[in-house]
This record gives sequence, C-alpha cells and structure tokens, in this order.
Amino acid sequence: MSSSMFKEKKSKLYLFLIIFTCLAVSIALPLIFKSDLLLSILSQIGVMIIFALSYNMLLGQTGLLSFGHAVYFGLGAYGTIHLLNFISKSALIPVTLLPLAGGLCGLLIAIILGYITTKKAGTTFAMISMGIAEMVHACSLMFPSFFGGEGGISSNRVIGKPGLFGITYGPQIEFYFLILGWVLVAAVLMYAISRTPLGRMANAVRDNPERAEFVGYNPQRVRYFMLILSGFFAGVAGGLNALNYEIVTAETVGAHTSGAVLLMSFVGGIGSFYGPIIGAALITFMQIFIGGISKAWLFYLGLMFILMVLFIPGGVASIINIQISLWQRDQFFKLVPKYLMALIPALIGLLGIIGIIEMSYVLLGNDTNTTDPIWKPLGLVIHVVEIMPWIISVGCVLIGGMGLRWIWSKKIAPSIALAQKAIEA
Amino acid sequence: MEFFLTTLWNGLTYGLLLFMLTSGLTLIFSMMGVLNFAHASFYMLGAYFAYQISTWVGFWPALLIAPVLVGILGALVEKYALRRAHRYGHIAELLFTFGLAFLIEEVVHLIWGRTAVDYKVPESLDGPLFTLFSTSFPAYKGFMMLVSVGMLFALYGLITKTRIGLIIQAALSKPEMVEALGHDVPKIFMWVFGGGVALAALAGVIGGNAFVTEPGMAAAVGSIVFVVVVVGGMGSLTGAFIASLLIGFIQTIFVALSINFSDIFNAVGISVDPLSGFGKLTLTEFAPVLPYLLMVGILIFRPRGIMGVRES
Repeated sequence: MSSSMFKEKKSKLYLFLIIFTCLAVSIALPLIFKSDLLLSILSQIGVMIIFALSYNMLLGQTGLLSFGHAVYFGLGAYGTIHLLNFISKSALIPVTLLPLAGGLCGLLIAIILGYITTKKAGTTFAMISMGIAEMVHACSLMFPSFFGGEGGISSNRVIGKPGLFGITYGPQIEFYFLILGWVLVAAVLMYAISRTPLGRMANAVRDNPERAEFVGYNPQRVRYFMLILSGFFAGVAGGLNALNYEIVTAETVGAHTSGAVLLMSFVGGIGSFYGPIIGAALITFMQIFIGGISKAWLFYLGLMFILMVLFIPGGVASIINIQISLWQRDQFFKLVPKYLMALIPALIGLLGIIGIIEMSYVLLGNDTNTTDPIWKPLGLVIHVVEIMPWIISVGCVLIGGMGLRWIWSKKIAPSIALAQKAIEA
Repeated sequence: MEFFLTTLWNGLTYGLLLFMLTSGLTLIFSMMGVLNFAHASFYMLGAYFAYQISTWVGFWPALLIAPVLVGILGALVEKYALRRAHRYGHIAELLFTFGLAFLIEEVVHLIWGRTAVDYKVPESLDGPLFTLFSTSFPAYKGFMMLVSVGMLFALYGLITKTRIGLIIQAALSKPEMVEALGHDVPKIFMWVFGGGVALAALAGVIGGNAFVTEPGMAAAVGSIVFVVVVVGGMGSLTGAFIASLLIGFIQTIFVALSINFSDIFNAVGISVDPLSGFGKLTLTEFAPVLPYLLMVGILIFRPRGIMGVRES
C-alpha cells in the first residue's frame, strides 16, 4: 500500500517531467532539424491540438457527439481572415492577438446556433449538428463575398511594423512559436475549465442528466455553456489555421474537417484530457506519411477507426492509463516481455492486412488497363494477378490474428485481471 | 397549372423515395435505439449493386437480387459488429455506423471509381406514361411511385397482420419481455436491421437511375434523411411520412422556381439591389438549404418533431 502511495507522489513528478520534456522537444526540434516539412507538420499538429481539445470538451466531458464542429472552426477562420484583410493597412490589432478574434467569432456563432442545437442531447444532437454543418456548407456556396467561392479568401499575415525582437511572422518558424504559445494558453485554460464547477457539472450531465437535474442544474444550460466555450476555442484554432495557411476555403467548414477532428479525439481517447493531444499528433502524422506512400490511406484510417470503436473504445489514452495503473502496482515490468512477444504476430498480421489492401487497390484501381498490374513496395516487385501473394497475405493475417489472440488470452489478460484485482483489494 | 402538376408529380416521387429510406431508418431506430449513419451508404450500395447486376443480367433481376444481397450484408454487419459496439453504449454504436459509412464510400471508390456510373433506366420504362397539357410525365417516375407505395403497403401488412410482425411490434417497446416469452430477440434485431437496410437498397435500386449514381450520393441524401427524421419526430413512422412528403414537395418546388430574391423582395416593397450577391440569388440555388432551415424552425418551435413522442 505504501509503495503505491509513494508511486502516486512520484507520479506527479513524472507527469511534470513528461510535460516539460514534450515542451522542450517541441521547442528544440524545429531549431535542430531545419526542415520545412517538419515545421509545417508541427504547426498543423499545434492547430489540431487546440481544435481536438475543444472538441473533447463537448464529446468527452459533456457527452455531446457533434458531427459539425468544423462550423465554429471554419467560421472563426473566416472571421479572422476577413479581419486580417481589413486591418492590413492600419495594423490596429497585433497578429499575435488575432486568433482571439477567431475565438470571438466562434463564440458568437456558438451562442446563436448553440441555443437551438442543445435543446436535445444524445443521438438527436448528433443529427442536428450534422444538419447545421450541412446548412453552413450549403450557404458557403451561396454567399461568395464572405466565403470566397471556389478559391476561398486569402491574405497576408505580415502586416504593420515588426514587433518585439523583430518578429514579423513572415518566416514559418516565428509563426510556429506563436502557435506553440497559443497551444499552451488554450490547453491550460481548457484544463482549468474542466476543473471548475461548470466542467464537473458537464461530466454529471454526461453521466446522468436526470440526476443532475435533481441536484439543481438545468442540463440544457450546462450543455449550452460548454458548447459556447468549446466554440470559442474551436474559433481560436480556426484563426490560427487561417493565419498559418493565409487562406481559408469552403473545405474548412466542410464535413471532412468535422470528421477529422472526431477521428483525432476518438483515436486519442475521449476519457482523458490529454487523449485528443495524442490523437491530433497521431492522425496528422498518419495523414501525411501514409497519405504520401499509399493510395489506400483513407481506407486505413476508416478501418482503424472502426477497429478502435469495436475493440479499444477508450482510445490510445485508455491503453496508456492501464499501463500507468499497472506500473503503480509494480505489475508493468512483468508484462513488458509479453508485450514484446505480442509484437511479432501483430507485425505479421499488419503486413498481411497491408498486403491485401494494397494489392486490391492496385488490382481494382488499374487505370492503365494492363493485364499485369504490379505492386512495388520497398523495392520488391509483386504481380498482383498471381495467386501466391494473396495466399501469403491471407496467411499472414490468419497467423497474426491467431497468434495475437493466443498471447493475449494466455499471457497478457490474466496479468491485467490480476492487477485489476489488486486495485480493487 | 402544368407547372403545378409537374412539380406535384416530381415532388411526390422524391418524397416517397425519401420515405422509403426514412422508414427503414425509423424502424431500426425504434427497435434498437441506434441511429444508423450508414443507412444512406446502403442506399448507395443498392444502386451500385443494381448497376453491376443489370450490366450482367438486366434490370428486372437486379430489382430483386440487389436489395436481398444488401440486406444480407446488413444482417451480417449487425450480427458481427454492431452487437459488439452495443456493449459500449450509444455513442460507440453511432461512431461505428459513422465509420462504416466512411468505409463503404471508400470501397465504392475502389471498385467503381470516383465518377458517376452509367446506370440507365430500362428501355421498357423509358418514355412518357401519359401526357397532360403538353407536358409528358415519365413512365419511370410512375414505376418508382408504384414500387414505393407497394413496398410500403407490404411493410404495413407485414407488421400489422402477420405473427412475425406482431412479435416485432412487441419487441419494439418491450424487448426483454418478448425474450422472456421465448422469442430469439437478437435474431429478430438482426433481421429487422437487414430488412431496414434492404428497404434502403431498394430505394437505391429504383432511385439510382432516376437520379445520378455516384459516390457522393450517400452524403447528399444522408443529411436530408436525418433532417426528415428530426422534423418528423424520432421513432415515428407517420411523422416520417409527413416530413418526407413535405420536404420532397418544398425542395422540388423551390428547385423549379428560378426567381431571384431581388424580385421577391421588390414585389413586397423592400428594395433589394438586383445586382448584389444576395439579390442575384435564385430560389433554385437556395433550395439545398431549405430542409435544414425547416429543421432549425422545428427545433425552435416544436423540438419533438411533428409527431414525435415527448422524451421521458
């Protein structure tokens, strides 16, 4: 017992160390590796972190599944870019504070739309959010003066005189540090909100709205307020996005953006505060790297999402949380060799799945109408019409799946069950 | 007069098609409490399967085979995947169907490509049914209406007059009791899901060649179907019927009217510049937003929908 209490105290220390390391890495990485690709990836991740955290305020904390969160993000982006164009000569507002304008746009839209949408919760809310998102998307084609039609609205974030230390936000690295600053501020604020009575009541409304009502709070009001705050931070993210790319198009309010933030938050883990942060980084990496090497990346993303819903609904954060609680009970290091052992069938199975999907894409996506389409992964040449590659791939999937299942049930699950018992004891 | 009749005909056809889609969705929702986001995707699959089968054996076999195939697919999805998601709660079920919709769209992209496919109306039905005041009404639209209404009467008869229908009705409100009485409720759920999905596929088979068959059709119809369900009231078939026809008519009328907003406002006495962005907008261009405006209106004035039951 005392060992775990000691571990609890050490846990706080380790938490600070982890946060500090992440910060240090995110500051140092672009300075050490002067790669444009890395900088643009990190900037995108930064913006998405704020967006995903704001989304989790709705989904994870208040239990509101929204399919239209891109509305607040996109309208915040549009507001910011119009304001930027407006002050481009006079430079009344420093660009550093411009995302705040995006946030205020998001706040305003959330106040207006939120009143209607939070009248109902659960499934109905999901459909209504989808409907509102479609409505805004339909409007975006009707009002080209605000939405910029097909080409969107573009701008230039270098306005006015250089500020402190000669910062103009022209170079991407300067803007990256602004994004980092905003991520810190937004994350701290959102965490603080989750610890206020409003945040706690949001959790209560998520878990048991009827009881929350008996305690004396109107669930609809609580949802409305959380939506307003979430809309504010989504607008901040939108403003940063607008400034980052210096262009906003109708895609920014579109269904893809809404789907992406849902994916990020869910994959990261909606049960923990830090889940969406992991999800945003992970999904952005996957989009860029897998999108670069395979035509089937959207399929992989969809498949991963479905498998996570069915098997790991808590997301990556839930896996990490289990490991942390195992470590606190001194059970973790016993499991590490078993995890390593499980890695082998997992990799084999993964290879098999990749093989089947990629070969299908080559076979069915045959634009040049050759009779012998070829798949060329990593220097190998595989003729897709032959039966051997298919047999190997299916075999890999079967071996991998069965191996994983065996290791899980025989080695890993009993240890986790033991650890759960120790927790309850 | 002629304009009125044509819009009436088109609106009725579209509304009935919407109802075919919404009825399956409402049935699944009433029974299982899960809103099937992939419902419109099965509509799309029905159209594509029918296209593929009709290129092999013709339209009429496709009319029978495609919905059955999709229905079986739906039943399998329910049995092996949806049931798993059910354990983790409503949000997990919703997310699963959402991911499924996404995946189905990717598979359609993979197999049939990203552009529209040439799914044609069969020759025997291609032509005017009758001509009234020099406007001809297409025979195919008449066929669509026939199939929709026939299917719905069959559904109504099945649910109210047969034994299995009575069991389904009972399982709609009291699944545990029905299970306690000895019926295999999970199996009933599976078949209801398959049946609802097959209805959507049938709508796809007949609608796919009247409207265009392309990978974006699921997304286009999907949001309207949800609007219909919200406006009609969650879980109410009658409400879905009224809402489908209402939205079908309103959208058809607005799409057919190419009147500028400036003309409308000027006629009422409010002056709007006919050359401005807003003034140049025609009702046709405004039509896509209408169902959502209707939804917003219903949510403000009558949140439970036209015929929805008050939530407990």
